Amino acid sequence: MSAPSSSSKGSGHGRLAVIGIPYFWLLVFFLLPFLIVMKISVSEMDEVTFRDILSFDQGRPVLALRFDNYLTLLRDDLYLLTYLASLKYAAVTTLLCLAIGYPFAYFMARARSTLQPALLMLVMLPFWTSFLLRVYAWKALLTEHGWAADAIRAIGLDRLLFRANLIPGPEQLMNTPFSLVLGMTYTYLPFMILPLYSNLSKMDLRLLEAAADLGATAWIAFWKITVPLSKAGIVAGSMLVFIPCVGEYVIPELLGGPQTQMIGRTLWDEFFSNNDWPMAATVAVAMVLLIIVPLALFNKVEAETLEARR
Amino acid sequence: MKAPALNRWFGRGWLSLGYAFLYLPIVALVLYSFNDSPVPNVWQGFTLKWYAALGADTEMLAGLALSLKIAFLTACTSVVLGTLAAIALVRFRRFRGRTLFAGMLSAPLVMPEVIIGLSLLLMLVSMQRALGFPERGLLTIWFGHLLLGMAYAAVIVQARLHDLNPQLAEAAMDLGARPWQVFTLVTLPMISQALMSAWLLTFTLSLDDVVLSAFLSGPGATTMPLVIFSRARLGLNPSVNAIATLIITVVSVGVISASAVIARRERIRLSEVAAAARAG
Repeated sequence: MSAPSSSSKGSGHGRLAVIGIPYFWLLVFFLLPFLIVMKISVSEMDEVTFRDILSFDQGRPVLALRFDNYLTLLRDDLYLLTYLASLKYAAVTTLLCLAIGYPFAYFMARARSTLQPALLMLVMLPFWTSFLLRVYAWKALLTEHGWAADAIRAIGLDRLLFRANLIPGPEQLMNTPFSLVLGMTYTYLPFMILPLYSNLSKMDLRLLEAAADLGATAWIAFWKITVPLSKAGIVAGSMLVFIPCVGEYVIPELLGGPQTQMIGRTLWDEFFSNNDWPMAATVAVAMVLLIIVPLALFNKVEAETLEARR
Repeated sequence: MKAPALNRWFGRGWLSLGYAFLYLPIVALVLYSFNDSPVPNVWQGFTLKWYAALGADTEMLAGLALSLKIAFLTACTSVVLGTLAAIALVRFRRFRGRTLFAGMLSAPLVMPEVIIGLSLLLMLVSMQRALGFPERGLLTIWFGHLLLGMAYAAVIVQARLHDLNPQLAEAAMDLGARPWQVFTLVTLPMISQALMSAWLLTFTLSLDDVVLSAFLSGPGATTMPLVIFSRARLGLNPSVNAIATLIITVVSVGVISASAVIARRERIRLSEVAAAARAG
């Protein structure tokens, strides 16, 4: 099915280069750095540098591992609460993206086929223009007397948010859990829409006709046929939103507040403000542990989707 | 099955609201940039003074120049490495460590950037201590962006390679083409649109990146997003609106015209294929 066997046999060197070059690059610049982070997370700090974990004392190897950072992470409530908060905000963002993005992708996929390329382009375009600038724009929109802030006040949404304890006062929208989740939902919405759209637009609509012939209402057919068939798109989209959100730094920094500490910011502060490299490395390792299961799920769905295209 | 009218109107409404949500900040930035008031929410009349001020903003201009350089390098190298990786995964179904390779390739797509940035930096620092190379700056930022860009480029090229008809390569092979010739004469022209999209996407990704650049930059190597980010952290800044409008305009025009070109070439290719099929 793929390359004819003669090509893989006939060009041993070509094959080696095609696989070897990107493989080597990823090993050196993706896997090795991560192993170094794990090493540094258990290293001692010597003034400004960290000590090697393996040293030689008169020819005898001495292994100095320090798990203090991990103990701190477990004992200190602040870290634990920050991890939980990051998971919570990422989960809420993912659900909101799904709630907005699924109907969006669905209606896109069912729009007139001549219209669809333009609709797709319109989703991609904000995604191409700077993410940093779009997040920054929300800052202006949500400050006092910003356009979005005025609109939210006009429809009385701020009082609802206040009652849900998402903002500290009816007037204050910026630097709150609300502005943080709004910013993350806004930024990651296209990541949810695109895989869902590509999945829903390929669906065989005759299945729905068959369901209708057999007496299913449109609503039942939607839940029993469309939703289960789009499972791969839902998983892919959710992981594309959830995983980066857990470690998001820019959005909490620009739109979040003191009460919305997230783990990406903690890592950043340990590194840039406290200069505590081993602690930053420990936070990174712990963050990877949080996302390793969703990451594996994402890889599995990606591989299956590509296989299915064959 | 005919959708009831209510359903259709609900669909249109949902799409309109969704697009309004996606475009509101972009429209706001553009309008703010022409507002003759340092406070963006109060309209005080039309002005171009923020654009004029941009011309004297040496920090921003130096950042822009560096960012464009890095974005260009990133886009070119990402497409090369990403294409190699895509070919490796699509053409060679079995090789040792394929699962690890596929995992490492797609992980940067979702991995929080703080992790990638921190780990790359710690490795480069260790490397620099051992070898005295590389200095933090353009080179190290480029490495970081390349890691990310390669993953995106590989996804785009992979999707295109999957859709190719493998019989074309087989036919060329039967006619005596060497594997290298098959690639340059048959495969490459057919994936050229995907390569173009990948180049554009990785270019804009690099131009936009804050986190990796912050970890990997050194003294004197401040990219434009880092300048924008440090100003945005302090509060609202009209100069940011002006540069934002310029970037948005250039990128939108670039992306729209590039996709028009790509779509046109695709149509021509399809009609040629159809004509060839009729002739045969």
